[in-house]
Amino acid sequence: MIRLRATGLALVGLVAFLIVWEAAPRLDLVNPAFLPPPSTIPAALLKEIASGAWLVAVIESLSHYVIGLCVGAGAGMALGIVAGMFRSFENLTAWVVRLLRPIPGLAWVPFAIIWFGVEPRAAVFIIAIGVFWIVFFATQGAVRSVDRDLIEVAQAFGFRSPLARLAKIVLPAATPGILVGLRTALGQAWMAVVAAEIFGVPGIGSRMMQASSLLSTDIVVVYMLTMAALYGLFDTAFVALQGWLLRWRP
Amino acid sequence: MSPTTSAPIIDIEGLSLAYARDGRTNVILDKLDLAIPRGQFLVIVGESGVGKSTLLRVLIDLAKPSGGTVTVNVDPAIRTPMALVFQDARLLPWRRVLANVAFGLERLGMPKAERCARAEQMLSLVGLGDLGGRWPHQLSGGQRQRVALARALAVEPEVLLMDEPFSALDSFTREGLQDEVQRIQQKTAKTVLFVTHDIDEAVYLADRVVVLAGAPGRIAADVTIDQPRPRARRDAALVEAARQLRGELSRRSADL
Ligand SMILES: Nc1ncnc2c1ncn2[C@@H]1O[C@H](COP(=O)(O)OP(=O)(O)OP(=O)(O)O)[C@@H](O)[C@H]1O
Ligand SMILES: [Mg+2]
Repeated sequence: MIRLRATGLALVGLVAFLIVWEAAPRLDLVNPAFLPPPSTIPAALLKEIASGAWLVAVIESLSHYVIGLCVGAGAGMALGIVAGMFRSFENLTAWVVRLLRPIPGLAWVPFAIIWFGVEPRAAVFIIAIGVFWIVFFATQGAVRSVDRDLIEVAQAFGFRSPLARLAKIVLPAATPGILVGLRTALGQAWMAVVAAEIFGVPGIGSRMMQASSLLSTDIVVVYMLTMAALYGLFDTAFVALQGWLLRWRP
Repeated sequence: MSPTTSAPIIDIEGLSLAYARDGRTNVILDKLDLAIPRGQFLVIVGESGVGKSTLLRVLIDLAKPSGGTVTVNVDPAIRTPMALVFQDARLLPWRRVLANVAFGLERLGMPKAERCARAEQMLSLVGLGDLGGRWPHQLSGGQRQRVALARALAVEPEVLLMDEPFSALDSFTREGLQDEVQRIQQKTAKTVLFVTHDIDEAVYLADRVVVLAGAPGRIAADVTIDQPRPRARRDAALVEAARQLRGELSRRSADL
């Protein structure tokens, strides 16, 4: 009953939002060329799909997103595990980490372009950097706070090598913390996709820039909503995966 | 050389252990000698902090002694001569009950089907045959402790170490589990080292009770309880043995 009411209210809010949005350009409160009313969006979407541009842009962006996410998350997890398990490695890297960590992912754009050109690899690089730090810190923290008592259980049963400790205890025990980091990274990576592509790497971001330079604001909105939908899709799938992986929790 | 049956299965000689703390060394165990015959049910009692857990941790190689030797006379082919049941069951929460029981078997290169079969068998032995599919958080405290016992038994250790395994349980559950352990020990003829605070539990289960006392900890009393099994809880001889042990313990702590 309460849930139904909450859903109802959310729907009311959405409809109200769309009405205000529709009304503002129609009542000439804003210039329709600057803010297209939502009723024009479905037609714009269909046109964009029909021309084939939409699918190409989405596939390009998705491939940057997925590869960047995998590279960044893979490296973040690997180094986070090593730093979390071995104090000496953590100490060794402490100052390097302090130096590099505050640099925002976008500050790497000049180097990305110099190193990789305006190519998909540049976008992947920028996405991976943003993802890396999030996943690295989440993993390191999760690994470091693994219950010592459970590690002792493994030792008492003869699992004494670091690799056995990792496989039997550290990784499963750190999974909840790592997943929290990954979910944050999932959102961050979308921002990086757009940012990287705005500099010209083909994909949703560059398509939006093209559209805006032609003042086709309806196309811009189409891609904004496309991103929202894609993010929602990934996040929902991730939450389902997370629930399954953590089904052992009360 | 194959181990002879007459030699003690565990022979502790001159065992010392000290922790360094705040620049001082804190001696926990001092030149401890203890020989445990094969098949004996040895119960260790003593005040909190005297070093009972530390002794078990040394035996299973979770703590390094600072002096002395521990000789374990078992066939070197046996890969898990000892297994430990912790005071707090310490099940792995991300494994189902059956997988928890099979945990120690994964190191022994045993095929999965065989591991499962063995784990099933051990679960039945502790009376939880049909709970293998549950998660640890779905168990009661007593059930968790049984699973921990099954996990230790599954690796077929020569020596079973139990560190206050039932102290967190209510007396009803505790007595049930005591009987269970006694029955299993009778059946498998394993050597058991059992730590407890509870004198009644000690005399009920033990072939022999060793009292650890003092700082650093030494063996203050070593009492044989040779009542036939199965035993009755309110058996006059056991009650008398418990009374004497209590006297021993309070005398020792008064001395310090
Ligand atoms: N890692 C450690 N570093 C320093 N001191 C320790 C450490 N572990 C245990 N101790 C000390 O060693 C002593 C013995 O501890 P132990 O756990 O063996 O006691 P216990 O006899 O098992 O007590 P309880 O009955 O309360 O479990 C205690 O005084 C404890 O403070
Ligand atoms: Mg203890």
